Amino acid sequence: MTLAKKRAMTAYAFLLIPLVFFIAVRFGPMLYMMGRSLTDWSLLRKTNLFLGIANFAAVFSDPAFTAAMVNTLRYALVGAPVVIALSLAIALLLNGITRGKGLYRLIYVLPYITPIVAVSWVWRWIFQTPPLGLANGILGALGLPAQEFLNSPNSALYSILGVNIWVELGYCVTIFLAGIQTVPTDCLEAARIDGASERKVLSRIILPLLVPITFFLAIMQGIQFLRIFTPVYNMSSQAMGGPLNSTKSAALYIYQTAFTKFEMGKAAAASIILFALIMAVTLIQVRFFDKKTNY
Amino acid sequence: MTRDRTLARTGSYVVLTLLAVAMVFPFFWMVLTSLKDATEIFQLRLFPTDPSLDNYAHILLGKGARFPIWFVNSMIVAIATTSSVLFFDSLIGYTLAKFTFPGKKLIFLLIISTLMIPTEMLVIPWYALSRAMKWGNTYWGIMFPGMISAFGVFLMRQFMSTLPDDLIDAARIDGRSEFSIFLFVALPLVTPALATLAIFNFVGNWNAFLWPLIVASKPKMFTIPVGLANFSGEAGSDWHLIMTGATVAMVPLVIVFLLFQKQIIRGIAMTGLKG
Repeated sequence: MTLAKKRAMTAYAFLLIPLVFFIAVRFGPMLYMMGRSLTDWSLLRKTNLFLGIANFAAVFSDPAFTAAMVNTLRYALVGAPVVIALSLAIALLLNGITRGKGLYRLIYVLPYITPIVAVSWVWRWIFQTPPLGLANGILGALGLPAQEFLNSPNSALYSILGVNIWVELGYCVTIFLAGIQTVPTDCLEAARIDGASERKVLSRIILPLLVPITFFLAIMQGIQFLRIFTPVYNMSSQAMGGPLNSTKSAALYIYQTAFTKFEMGKAAAASIILFALIMAVTLIQVRFFDKKTNY
Repeated sequence: MTRDRTLARTGSYVVLTLLAVAMVFPFFWMVLTSLKDATEIFQLRLFPTDPSLDNYAHILLGKGARFPIWFVNSMIVAIATTSSVLFFDSLIGYTLAKFTFPGKKLIFLLIISTLMIPTEMLVIPWYALSRAMKWGNTYWGIMFPGMISAFGVFLMRQFMSTLPDDLIDAARIDGRSEFSIFLFVALPLVTPALATLAIFNFVGNWNAFLWPLIVASKPKMFTIPVGLANFSGEAGSDWHLIMTGATVAMVPLVIVFLLFQKQIIRGIAMTGLKG
């Protein structure tokens, strides 16, 4: 055996277990589920009847699913832009100060690394109706009317969304701050010596250079919000996505269909639809990303 | 001009400080509530009049207290998966960075493309697999999906490719086996990357919710997040106990966070800057 061949054999030996893992635990299950989404798959009985696209039709005609999809889009379309705009503004503010930058950033990251389950229950406690809830206590002290927060279909989704934004904010701030620090300082200095105002430096140099990171975050956060599950599960009463399905996300719908109703085929179909949505978002943004970000 | 600047700077500090308060205050409120008793939570007073650790004693030492078991379960799961991820991810990263062989690019793409498959979609077939293999309510059942991380492969490959080839060739000439070169020559040189990966993986596994919720149905196999969700759902209006449980679930992470803040910040920054 030649040396090159021997080395290649070593490489394959090193990769053998990992490849088995990725095939058995990622690709295999995904393909299996795609196949079973076309059958009357249920864990309660041993049947394997081919149904064609009946599961997909059933999912689309289920009002709970339509509601969940609308909610999911709401989480993503409101959540991702808000978290990105806020975190960019905060990162710019942080970059402008000299003392305490590290400490502030550290404090902002705290919610991101703590368990979302714990954080969800803390906020659920804060959002309780008077006289229990702190949020309403503060509103009352300021002479403002009490809010329903998680109890009203009008505000529950946005209450949960607010908590999720609060969680993701520190992550995005950290990434933006790292991005701002890669802007070459001689560039900024040259502009300042040439008499450019701080506003011009920001709008003509810093912001354009942050475009790639902003797109990266838009993809990541968009996907993150499309997949929202844990805060909805823990902040809605009985983990049902209520009141009146107003907070139910696609992921929670899939969970309930599969694991409380045991309609695995239908759940598989719903999860393929969510997956398609996530792929579409990714691909659209990746294309945009490639075109717009060559500096 | 300078007055404007001072004003702007003061304004920045005010905004940033208010925000910092908003980020930390819920945690303070959580801890303060955990020190109160069942009647005091109905009065909106910031500090407990008679702070006590009774709630902690109740959920940690009381009769039928399950938090200690959940805590141990989470530790076992987080440590075992993190060890596995560190070993396999660095081995894959090293192989993909330092070997030439047919199909290398394809294998890398295959692994990286799994990042696009959301967990929400995989839990259904994983559950079917666990049922067929009788992995339900076992540590292995909770852990198996996370034994190798595609993100970690990406990270380790980046770091391994910065190692000089000469070094590896020199070790080969010394007659070391390929595996011992990986373990004793390459691995010690990427410890900063290993530390970052370890922390992220530990935190991720400690906080994981969806899959442990599905695969563990017996309370004695719950991890801390699943246990906390279950406990809180049944606790009704015992918010002092729920907040005590939430505090207990957070303690290890706050310790990790304070000990490894630099690595955590660097790790987050790295995910954003494409390695």
